[in-house]
This record gives sequence, C-alpha cells and structure tokens, in this order.
Amino acid sequence: MATNLLAPGHTACLGCGEALAARLVVNAAGPSTIIAEATGCLEIISSRYPESAWNVPWIHSLFDNTAAVAAGIAAALRATGREGQVNVLSQGGDGATADIGFGPLSGAWERGHDVLYVCYDNEAYMNTGIQRSGLTPFHARTSTSPPGRQSLGNPTLKKDLPAIAVAHGVPYVATTSVGWPRDIERKVKKALSIRGPKYLQIHVPCPLGWGFDPSQTVDLAKLAVSSGLYPIFEYENGILTGSMKVKPVPVEEYLKRQVRFRHLFAAAKPELEEQVRAIQAVADANLVKYQMVTPPAEAPTGA
Amino acid sequence: MPIPHAGVVKPGTSRATKTGSWRVQRPVFLHKECIGCRQCVYVCPEGCIVGEGKEYNADLDYCKGCGLCAAVCPKKDIEMRAEEQ
Amino acid sequence: MKRVMEGSMGVSEMVRLCRPKVVAAYPITPQTHIVENLSQFVANGQLQAEFVNVESEFSAASVVLGASATGVRSYTATSSQGMLLMNEVVYNIAGLRLPVVMTLANRAISPPLSIWNDWQDSLSVRDAGWIQLYAEDNQEAADMHVQAYRIGEDPRVALPVMVCMDGFILTHAFEPIDIPEQAEVDAFLPEYQPLYKLDPADPVTVGAFMEPDKYMEARYLIHQAVAQAAPVVEEVAESFRAAFGRYQGGLVDAYRCEDAEVIFVTLGTLASVAKSAADQMREAGKRAGVLRIRCYRPFPTKQIRQILGKGAKVAVLEKALALGVGSIIAPEIRNALYGSDTPVNGYILGLGGRDVPPATLERIFDHAAAGRSADGLFVDLKAEHLGDEAFAAWQAQWKE
Repeated sequence: MATNLLAPGHTACLGCGEALAARLVVNAAGPSTIIAEATGCLEIISSRYPESAWNVPWIHSLFDNTAAVAAGIAAALRATGREGQVNVLSQGGDGATADIGFGPLSGAWERGHDVLYVCYDNEAYMNTGIQRSGLTPFHARTSTSPPGRQSLGNPTLKKDLPAIAVAHGVPYVATTSVGWPRDIERKVKKALSIRGPKYLQIHVPCPLGWGFDPSQTVDLAKLAVSSGLYPIFEYENGILTGSMKVKPVPVEEYLKRQVRFRHLFAAAKPELEEQVRAIQAVADANLVKYQMVTPPAEAPTGA
Repeated sequence: MPIPHAGVVKPGTSRATKTGSWRVQRPVFLHKECIGCRQCVYVCPEGCIVGEGKEYNADLDYCKGCGLCAAVCPKKDIEMRAEEQ
Repeated sequence: MKRVMEGSMGVSEMVRLCRPKVVAAYPITPQTHIVENLSQFVANGQLQAEFVNVESEFSAASVVLGASATGVRSYTATSSQGMLLMNEVVYNIAGLRLPVVMTLANRAISPPLSIWNDWQDSLSVRDAGWIQLYAEDNQEAADMHVQAYRIGEDPRVALPVMVCMDGFILTHAFEPIDIPEQAEVDAFLPEYQPLYKLDPADPVTVGAFMEPDKYMEARYLIHQAVAQAAPVVEEVAESFRAAFGRYQGGLVDAYRCEDAEVIFVTLGTLASVAKSAADQMREAGKRAGVLRIRCYRPFPTKQIRQILGKGAKVAVLEKALALGVGSIIAPEIRNALYGSDTPVNGYILGLGGRDVPPATLERIFDHAAAGRSADGLFVDLKAEHLGDEAFAAWQAQWKE
C-alpha cells in the first residue's frame, strides 16, 4: 500500500472501526481528493491542532453542514473546469448523516452534485458519549436509550438511509463493512468512477460504545452481516445489483458479544426472548429483501 | 509556534504523536506461516503495519496493540504479547 | 451607465460584474429579486457561475463556505429568518477567514412574522466577525458590493463582508443607478487570490479543533483582524472614489455635525430621512446633524469620538431592540464615548417596517435637546394596539 492518506498518530481508540474504514476509504480515493468532514469521532481523532492525520485537503466546518460544504466544493470545482479531475468526499458519522445533517444531505442529493458521501455507521453519537441516533438499532443500549424497568433500550428501528438515497435517485447506493476491507476499497473506487451523487454506508463497530474487545472489531462486523442485521448490498440507478451472500447465523451470536445488548440476555424471561425474536425478524426480513441467503450448495463470500 | 492564518494545519503532522506509548500488549510477527495475504496490513486502524512479500511488522512508534492483526491472521502467525513493565 | 432600475437589480448587476463563480441562495422576501436576477444572468450566460438552488439558508451559507474554501469567489444573500438560520455558519465563515460577500436585505424577525424592514437581523450577528456595511441609497448599495469583495479579499483582512440594505425601501425601490463597465470593475477588483485553499496540489487541514491552551489566541487573532479592517474599508472607499468618481463615506458619513445641538446617529435609509429632517429643522433654528454609520463592524470608535463628544447631544435612532434591555446601538455609542459627558439617548423606531416621518424626528430632537435622557425609548406607539394602561405607562416614559 502506498503512503497512508490517513497517517498514524491519530488518537482513535484501539481497534476503532471508523478509523480503519476511513483509512481504507481515503487510500482508495487517492491523493486527488478533497474531503469535507462532519464533527465527530473521525474529525476529533484526526485534527487536533497543531496536528493533522490527513494527507489530502480536508475541511471540517460544522456538525450538520458537511453535505452542503461538499456541494460548495463540487460547485467550485465545476465552475473552474475541474469536475471529474478531483474527487469530492463528504463524510460523517451516523448522527451527522441521518439526523442533524440530513436536510442538507437530501438537498445535495436532489441537486445531483458530484460527491461521494460516506457514512461511518457506528450506530450512535459516539464522540459525545454514546448517545442514541437515528441509526441506533432496535433495543441497543445507549446513554440516552438505556434499558431500565420501563425500557429495553432503543425503541426504534434504524432509519433506512440507503432506501432514502435510492428514493432521491442517487445513482450508486451501497452498504459495506470493515468485516471486508477489500469490499470497502472496491465500492469506493466504483463509486468514484460514477459522475453524480453517491452514497456509501459503512458499518464500523465501536469497541467502546458497543462493549467488546478491540481485537474483535472485524470479527463482529462479519457477524453483523451474517446475522442479516447489517445487509451488504449495492443499488445502481435504483436497482439492487449486488448483495453479499451469507450463511445466516442466529442474531444471538452477534448480540451476545456486545455489552449494549446484554440486557436482553440478563435473565431467561419470555418478554426478553420475545424481543430477541423481534430482532431476529428484522434480520430475516433483510436476508430476504436483499437476497443475501446462500443456497446450500454455494460457499459464503468474503474478502 | 504562532497560530497560522485561520488555524490551517499542515498535512500528516499527526506523526508527531507516538501512539505506541498507549500499548499494553504488542503484536509479534512470527514470520513462520505467513502467506502474504496482507489482511494484517488492511485491518490495522493505524495503518502502521509495513512490509512486503511474506514479511510484515508493526511500526511500534504507532501500534496501539489492539490485536486486530492477530485476530484476522488466517495462519495465526501473529501473537499478542504483554508489554514488559 | 445610469439607468432607472429596481434597487435589487442594481445589486444583481454589480454582483454579476464582480464575477463570482459560485452563487448559492434560498428565497426569502425581500431578497428574492436579487437572486432571481442572478439566476437569469446565469441562464443567459451573462454570468459564468454555478447557481446552486439550495434547500435552506443554512445550506446557502455552507455552500459558499465550501466554495470559498476551494478558492473561488462566492456570493449569497438573505434576510431576517434566513440570517438567523445561517447563524452557526456565519460564525464559521468568519473564523475560517473566508471572504464571502453577502447581501442582507434588512428585515424584521419573527414573532410576529413581518416581511418589512428593520435591522434586527443584521444586528443580531454583529459579533460574528463579519464586516458590516450599511447602505443609505441604492447607488451606494450597488457600489458597496464591489468594495466588499475588495475589502474582504485584501490579504490584510481576509474576512467575509455583509452589505446591509433596507428591505423593500431599497430592494424594491426604483432609482437611477450607475452601473459601470465590466472592464472598469475588473480593473478595480482583480482575480481572487486566496490565502489558503483546498487543493490536492498542496493539501491543508482546515478547521482543526483547539484545546483551552490555544483557543483564546486563535480568537484573539480573528478579533484583531476584524478591528484592523477599518483602515482598509476607508482605503477602498477612497480607491473607489478615484476609480468610479463616487464616494458615500468611509467608516462614517457625517452631515452638518460641526455646529449641531443634537446629532442623530443612525444607519441606512433612515439617515436620508434624518438628513432631510435636519435641513428642515435648521430652517426653524434647530441645529440638527446626522452621523450615519456606514461601517458598523468594525465599529468606528475613533470617528465617533472625533465627531460626537463636542458638545452636541446624541439621539441614536435604532430600528432594532435588545429585548428586556433597550437599545443596541446607543450603548455601543456610549461605550465609544466613555470618559466624555456627552448625553447619548437611544430611541427605538421603525420596527417591522413602520414609517418614520420627519415630524417624529423633530419630536425626538426636542426631547433630546431638552436634556431628557432615554435608552430603549419606543417612539410612535399606538394606543389602539396597546390598551389604555400600557399606553399610559409608555407615554409616561417620554416624560421622564
């Protein structure tokens, strides 16, 4: 691999899925790339004045305006005849993408700016202390959706951002995961070969926020996908053109390894088992919708 | 160092922070069974594993000892060992 | 060439001549005609720019932030609620030292909803780090945009500039406006040379976070930059005079202040009313003068001390309000005159587009000349809307 465009010396936690994904993304994008970044873990760990881990031009403005800043960069490049010669990458976490920055993202998608938007989905507002976001999964413990006598954790399903992107007519919409670093590379390169808006959502497990040993980041990411809870797929011009085939694994195997779901297994109560079955139903629906189940004869694919 | 115009920072300057000091365990690359798949190079969040062919090592200036390389190595050719006190 | 045109068109024409490469705006009355004209120019090929029809003012400001950071001249415009919505971005643009130019068509803020003119919008962001210029008439409003780019892009400044013009009163009024030739503007306003930009040829990191041991110095440097922009504002006004033969003042515009008993201090078109009222009053022996603040940020403390504080009483006429406190501009004038015993009164008028007739200014003159003091004193309120008790209480304030 050539020079890391995200240099070491950044202050990400041990085993950080987001830092890993970001390094893969920027290396795949190459040096002719301008990045607009949202406030969040990736921004904080990489840009502590007077140091920067970025070896490409990079701007952090606010939490909620990344997509619009990137649109401005793209407009400036277009106005000066450089569209297509310089990649524009707009990045943020799940909170910045699905919640606070969503309006500008929708506007940017609708206007069709030539920008690849990458969402690093660690399923909560991690940088501020693990608070719930629109992409926090069903029943996950976060600091603002804690389980208690009257709660089982986050009461809602993940906002289906890829579907929303497809509905905007975004020509390339894909999910991927740090479970498969080469898949991230491939999808970034593919996206950047397309003119117009692109959306890539990367599942990035967070050892601190989810509660697991840092060495398990990649393994857990793979389990999330095999369980069906994090489907990996590609939509091109509105049509599902690819999905990762898996040999499905019961959701418990994934959930039990994380502290954020431990409350579901604290006791063998029917109410709890019912909720785990509800999560299984979400997974099963994904497996069908995205055509992820391997017929018995085929092997599961991987990196 | 005086703050430059608009607080604009030079690239790649994070290398001044040697995150290797965070380690409580370090990866030892045994160089016995390596098949050169480069999964270790890929999964390091620091990007500090360097090498080519079938010989790789972590740059201990930056390696935080997360253990991802050891966990993904298909040949178990990387061992995590505790840092000496 | 001088043609009768709508104030908004004067601004659009001047902005076109400044050759911005990215224009991003969201419609809000009374700014709309400005951006509509610009989009027509782009559609006709008269302006080579990317016109980005954003989905909110917050994005309008963010788009021009991104474009300016990429090294191109950018432009946006807004009013009122739009200004408040882009609040967060406006601080960011100034702090990142990006010389964006924005037209602010001054309009009241909600509640209650009002589309009519006052200055609450621009004054509410006076401390964000933008240079703020206020135009008295449409020629000045147009001219200010050319000056704004030159001021903002000056390497000694590197700050965004807000050109404030009274909504409807200027934007929708038809006046003869002299629009120069492209070559004249090109000669006055060279191509933008950014002090930094996002470019893979020379990567930089913009917007790094700073810990407590450094943040203060970073903010101090921006503060100094705003304060030190004052001489550049004056310089550019002089250069503009030399190039185009027009001069509407530097940081301030003083009218008949030398021997005045009462000096009205105000902004924008209200100064025109005040000047005309001052002439009338002088004919009746009342020596009135007008100090129009043309550049409100940086605040022209030196000029204020030079012109006020010579014996005249000061009556600040404000189309804005600090709720629960009173005047906004009057305390800043008082602060500039600290150490002198010049009485400074603050009068609140014209909110939400209410007309300010010369007779009102005469009443204010009399009030101030009689030595009465006031801060945040509302003018011309109506009994029918207040009810007897509240109206009586307000009237009593005038007698204090």
